[in-house]
Amino acid sequence: MTGRTMRRSIGAGVGALLVPAPSYAHLVNTGLGPFYDGVSHFVLTPEDLLPVLALALLAGQRGSRAGRYTLFALPLAWLLGGLVGLALPTMRDTPALTAVSFMALGGLVATEARVRPEWVCSLAAVLGVVHGFLNGSAMSQAKLGILGLGGIVSTLFMVVALAAAMVVAIRVPWGRIAVRVAGSWIAAVGLLFLGWSLRTATG
Amino acid sequence: MSRTRAVAVVAALWPTLAWAHTAQGRAEGLLAGLHHPVSGLDHVLAMVSVGLWGAQLGAPAVWLLPVTFPMVMSFGGMLGLMGAPLPGVEIGIALSGVLLGLAVLAEWRPSLWAAGVIVGFFAIFHGHAHGTELPAGASGLLYSIGFVTATGTLHVVGIGVGTIHRWSWGRIVLRGAGGLVALAGAFFLWRALA
Repeated sequence: MTGRTMRRSIGAGVGALLVPAPSYAHLVNTGLGPFYDGVSHFVLTPEDLLPVLALALLAGQRGSRAGRYTLFALPLAWLLGGLVGLALPTMRDTPALTAVSFMALGGLVATEARVRPEWVCSLAAVLGVVHGFLNGSAMSQAKLGILGLGGIVSTLFMVVALAAAMVVAIRVPWGRIAVRVAGSWIAAVGLLFLGWSLRTATG
Repeated sequence: MSRTRAVAVVAALWPTLAWAHTAQGRAEGLLAGLHHPVSGLDHVLAMVSVGLWGAQLGAPAVWLLPVTFPMVMSFGGMLGLMGAPLPGVEIGIALSGVLLGLAVLAEWRPSLWAAGVIVGFFAIFHGHAHGTELPAGASGLLYSIGFVTATGTLHVVGIGVGTIHRWSWGRIVLRGAGGLVALAGAFFLWRALA
């Protein structure tokens, strides 16, 4: 190998080493495959987790019928919205939507609003479609696909089942108060986050 | 050789798809939010006092006041984040310590709505102060979660300590604690006015 060829090879090698590769540093990447990436994404994303938790608490407050409706309506709607998001990805930052869903659902839990089970089911459908669509868009860009979506839907099914059943089973008065306090905290987070997103939007 | 170098430089500078910044500042935001309410004694004393006063008043104030405070404080925080001016924030915070401490000292029992209005009024000052001090670059959502959790936990601590109210010696200790909070509030008020 001549000196010139050697220098060329070294130059090309250094260049190749310096090429920035795609970075997935902050999307959840478990290394266990897209299904578990979806599971982790849901658990570690408060924008998704907290409204689902609030809805599950609300469903539990409204009794076992509302809980059963939500248990199936929310994952199905999430899956539907997610499939649309996978097919038509339009990634948008939606802090105001996040804040409003926190305030609305947290407020309903905090006031122990007398919402009929059918309305709780409707709320679940709306929440599921909207958040599912956003998740689907994110999954599409992160190339997690339908398996990632499956991980999210499976996890939220379990979260709703556990949280709603726990609230339905509460018999002691302080337990119901604790649920209302949790709702007020979620609403308070939404209110504060709304201010943050408005500040960001206005620069 | 110069061509090879040029190719290498272009390749090095070529931007490829990066999602590296979607979750930037998350841990920092959560930790900052958790830390902020406990970072100042004036805040801590007022928030614990809300729990102490609620415990003295009993149900439903014992849970209604600690629910009111974080919610209204978040509203104040929203105003602070949006840059809405609020005069006399430090004085309001100090006064909250004085009045809440005196309420615990005197075992004052106003009507439920009056207690809620008093707590809510002072919560705005605390929230505004926190809102204006959001660290740059932090995740707003995680900061909010940490902030509300820490505030609520301080109330729970106050309620927990306030359970000694069921014993006669406990009532005396609680009133003494209220007096100390009022004194500390007076000190902060003097410092805010100085």
